[in-house]
Formats: sequence, structure tokens, C-alpha cells
Amino acid sequence: MQSVFTGPVYVVRDNIDTDQIISAQYLNLVPTIQEEYKKLGSYALAGLPDSLYPTRYVKEGQMESNYPIVIGGRNFGCGSSREHAPIALGAAKCRIVLAESFARIFFRNCVATGELYPCECADRLCDVLKTGDVVTVDLDKATVTVKETGKVYSFKALGDVRPVVDAGGLFNYARKTGMMPAST
Amino acid sequence: MTLTEKILARASGKATVQAGDNVWVSADILMTHDVCGPGTIGVFKREFGKTAKVWDKNKIVIIPDHYIFTADSLSNRNVDILRDFVREQGLPYFYDVIDDPNGQWKFDTTKGLLNRQYGSRYAGVCHTALPQKGHTRPGEILFGTDSHTCMAGAFNEFATGIGNTDAGFVMGAGKLLLKVPPTMHFRLEGKMQPGVMAKDIILHCIGEIGFDGATYRAMQFDGEGARHLSIDDRMTVANMAIEAGGKNGIFEFDEQTRAFVDYRCKLNGTKADYQPVERDADEKFIYEMVVDLSKLEPTVACHPDPGQRKLAKDMSTVKLDRAYVGSCTGGKTSDFLEFARVLNGKRVMIDTFGVPATPEIVHDLQTARWGEKTVWQILVDAGVQMTENAGCSACLGGPVDTFGRMNKPLVCISATNRNFPGRMGHKESKVFLASPATVAASALTGHVTDPREYLS
Ligand code: SF4
Repeated sequence: MQSVFTGPVYVVRDNIDTDQIISAQYLNLVPTIQEEYKKLGSYALAGLPDSLYPTRYVKEGQMESNYPIVIGGRNFGCGSSREHAPIALGAAKCRIVLAESFARIFFRNCVATGELYPCECADRLCDVLKTGDVVTVDLDKATVTVKETGKVYSFKALGDVRPVVDAGGLFNYARKTGMMPAST
Repeated sequence: MTLTEKILARASGKATVQAGDNVWVSADILMTHDVCGPGTIGVFKREFGKTAKVWDKNKIVIIPDHYIFTADSLSNRNVDILRDFVREQGLPYFYDVIDDPNGQWKFDTTKGLLNRQYGSRYAGVCHTALPQKGHTRPGEILFGTDSHTCMAGAFNEFATGIGNTDAGFVMGAGKLLLKVPPTMHFRLEGKMQPGVMAKDIILHCIGEIGFDGATYRAMQFDGEGARHLSIDDRMTVANMAIEAGGKNGIFEFDEQTRAFVDYRCKLNGTKADYQPVERDADEKFIYEMVVDLSKLEPTVACHPDPGQRKLAKDMSTVKLDRAYVGSCTGGKTSDFLEFARVLNGKRVMIDTFGVPATPEIVHDLQTARWGEKTVWQILVDAGVQMTENAGCSACLGGPVDTFGRMNKPLVCISATNRNFPGRMGHKESKVFLASPATVAASALTGHVTDPREYLS
């Protein structure tokens, strides 16, 4: 399992709710239909107001983002229970969200779908980093290293959640660990 | 144990549980709708197999309500996906938009947005429809693929929102692994003054603890003040537990609960036996707050989140473009009655939209008379655009042709429950949350207005 991820970050602030992660108007897309899954990715974080976030997470006309790591503040993923939110980020090829704190259902949906690793970092990285900065996240060591400054921050280790995301979500994990029969 | 702990202990077959325990909980009802249902069904089929059967067909309730009255073809298709699944599985509790079990749903734009376009089974907004159709019972576990599922905590049950993958699991297995949340205690005292509504109670509490103040926690509302609240009021309060990040909100069981639930289960022929939970002497709370209802004033949550609390009386400088009454939280019969009480005989100054949560509420308003006129007519005469197409409508924006949706950066005062950026449409628009009475007073002036100005 990959445990080290390097790439540019996309930085957002506090209270990024699921409407901003995937706007309600795109909830007509069904995540389990492959082409609609991909489309959800193209709309990831498109609900952010342009006035606050002039750089888009996914460039106009593209299906995936150039930012594999999203940095957030407090209460990331608050609002609705729509699983379309972690799915849109995952479909856009986001692998990790590092936030000061997460809303409960979003966190759970990240793990259940296995779309991405939700990591909690007590340091407010959203105040330190700006969109485009390159970092290396090491899940084993639970650290983030900023390329330019060499500064290292640690985050809360994922613990029990890690193997579930590694396996690709709740069902794969349940099969792998014998909680569910291997094939149905 | 607290009310939440007692229900979770029972549902996991344990004598006791405490906050932090991970337990497998059996579901009594799984509810889904048109936005998350197709994905949940997709997960269920992918994981349990194409020919798999749901764990218990009497425990699944499917309520299309979100993107119904729109010409968007994918949204119309999603209702058809639900219908196909219901037919294949033989599910009895499907509140379809149309009456033909083999038909296809297509919204007819030529009939306009105001006139009724649904059949006899359609039930409207899921959280308001669930109790009306006899699917909420004290002591039970309700999972729903919608964050405001917590509304059913008004009936002394554990109700919480889950994602599609978890719901797909419940659909096949009938249970879910949950962490027992610590309980926050809100003891309500006294009675609300005229002009103050249940919405003000919950906006007050969220303002107190913050929009994430209840994350991973249960919110228990009890005390003398809670017993005075009507069932509708309790629903409003429990509905918005999620707006403080809460896992669930819960009320005590009393005669009002019993009367409501028994009547609804009997009316609809749904399961009528249940076992409420009562308070123990040894409850452990992580937080305690006493709310004196008699001291509350009309309250507003300002853009951009439900924790931005202010008093309506201090906000007269905030100019508005439109007003909206509707949703699970603010579109019940009692909400429209308070709305109408303020508007009666007057005329709104800004675009004002009314969307009853369910067809039953439409019926109530079209039959309740104040003097010569029905309440519905009073609202229409006051200049409110009232639609018979009960549903979620613009509460969550929806497709661009949705009734009441803000397609421009406007400022709206709304009786709904959520006001993050873009919630009701355009991502630069602003939403201020308030009670139906405050929305009404503000619609009359065009700026945020304390409804008590119109009470004398
Ligand atoms: S009315 Fe609004 S809050 Fe209620 S279920 Fe519908 S979209 Fe959600």
C-alpha cells in the first residue's frame, strides 16, 4: 500500500460543507454509474465561491485535479450526508484531505468508500500553506513535510481507519478480514 | 445511561453501553430518497450481488422528494431507478410520485411549477413524511441517507444520517457498526413568548455551542419546557441537531408522543408496537445547558453557517431580496399557520415563496379557514407564491429550474435549516435562517424584522 504521497496542495478554509465540495445541482449523478462517477470528479469543490477561491480545484474542461492533497481548516465536510462529497474528491484524484477537524458523516463516508484518507492535523495548515505549495505526506510516520521550507508537521495517526481505506472501503475490508464472505 | 445510550444498548443486545463503545446496532427502519437511493441501491447490488434481496422488506422506506418537480432528465430517471428496485424487491413502503407502478416519471413543465403534479401515494419531504406515514416509533433505530434524519429524534428514537455505502450495507445486513456518542444535555424550562418559535430555540442552542459544538455527540432535550412543546416544535429542534454537527437529537417520551405515534401507525396500518426509553437517574452528560424558553427572542443565523447567531431586532440594516418558507424544518402546517398569522391582510414587499413539506400539509392549508378565506388563500392574497408541489424544492438549491432556487447572487431569509454558501442555489447568494414568523415579518418590510412588531 502506498504510504508516501507528494504533490501540490489545494488550500481551503474552515467549514467547507458538502455543498461546496459537490454542489447540490450535481446530485442527479449516481456515483455507482461509472461515467457519472467521473463527472462528479470534474465538479469537485466547484461550489467554492469564486470570490474567495479564484483558482479552481479542477480546471475548466478537465476531469481530474492537479492537487492530490487538500488542506482544510475546522469542520471540513460539514452539512449533508451525501457520499457524493468524498466520492467527487476521490474521482478527481484527491488522495488525502488534511484538516484541523472533520464533520462526522463526511469522515465516516471517506472511510466507508475508501476514496481518500481523512487526516486530522492540530496545526492549522490552512494558515501556513497556500495553493500550489508542494508537500510530502507520510501516512506511516503521520507527518507532512513542506518542500520549500523543509518544515515538518505531524498529524494524528489514522489508526483503525487506515486499513479500511487501504483496502478500498468498508466492503473490501470486511471481505479481506473475513467479516463477509469473499464473494457473493 | 442517557436516552441515546439506552436505545443503542437495546439495539445491540447489551445490558449497558457507554460513550465511546463501538457496537453493532440493528436497524428498525432504513429510509432513502431519490438523491441517495440510486447510489445506495448501486452499492447494495455491487456488494451483495445482482439478485440479492434486502434484509427485511418491511423495514425499508423509500421517499422520493428532493429533485422531483424539475425537467432535469437525470433527476427524473433517478425516481425511475427507485421504482424499478421497489418492484423487483416487492417493497411495500414506496411513496412514488406517480401511481402507475410500471410508469416513468416525467415532470411536465407546461403545467407550471405551482400546480400539483403527483399521484395519490406521493408523500413529500422524507423527514416530515416518515412520521405522517407511521414510520417513526419510540425506542427504535432509524437510519436514513440524509443528514436531517435526526429529526425523528422528536419521537424518542435514535435517528441518524448515513452515507450510501453504509446504507448499502444496512440494506443487505440490517445492522451497522456505530460508536456510542457522548450526550449533551439541554434542559428546557418555561414557555416561549408570543412571536418566538421552536426554530429560535435551536438557533439559540447552536449559537451557544457553535456549528461544530455537537460533532460526534448526541443532543438530548428534556425538562418541563420540552414537554410544553408540540410535536411539530420538537421536530424542528431535533431536525437541526446536525447543524451543530450532532449525531442525533432526542426528546423524552410523553403522552403527546404516544398520541401522535399511535394515531399515525393506526391510520397507515404500520407496525404499532414499540418500547419507549425513559430517563435514568444515573445519566452522564458531557455538557449541560439550561435554556429558559421565556427569555428567548426571535433569532437569526446569518450567512454563511447556522452558528452565526444574532437577534432579529438587531438586524434591521440587512436588506433582503427574497423570503422562503418550506423544508422539513420549516414547512409544516404549524409553520405556515404562524407565517400566515403575520401576513394576514398584508402584502409582501419582496419575492416570497411557500413550499409545504408534504401533500398532507397542502391539504391542511387549503382546508383550514380563518373567516371567509382558507389559510392558503390568505397567503396567496398576501403575495406569496405558494406551490402545491410539496418537496425539498429550493431548500438545497437543486437543478436550475427548481421552484424558488436562487439563480443569481441574491439575499434570502429562509425558514429552512442550512445556510452554507450556495445552499439555495447560486454560490455567491446569501441565506439567513429564521423562524417562519420572522421570515413573514421580514417579507413585509424587505429587511430582517422582528415579528413581534406585527403582533399587536
Ligand atoms: S427539505 Fe431541505 S433539509 Fe429537508 S430533506 Fe429536503 S433538502 Fe434536506
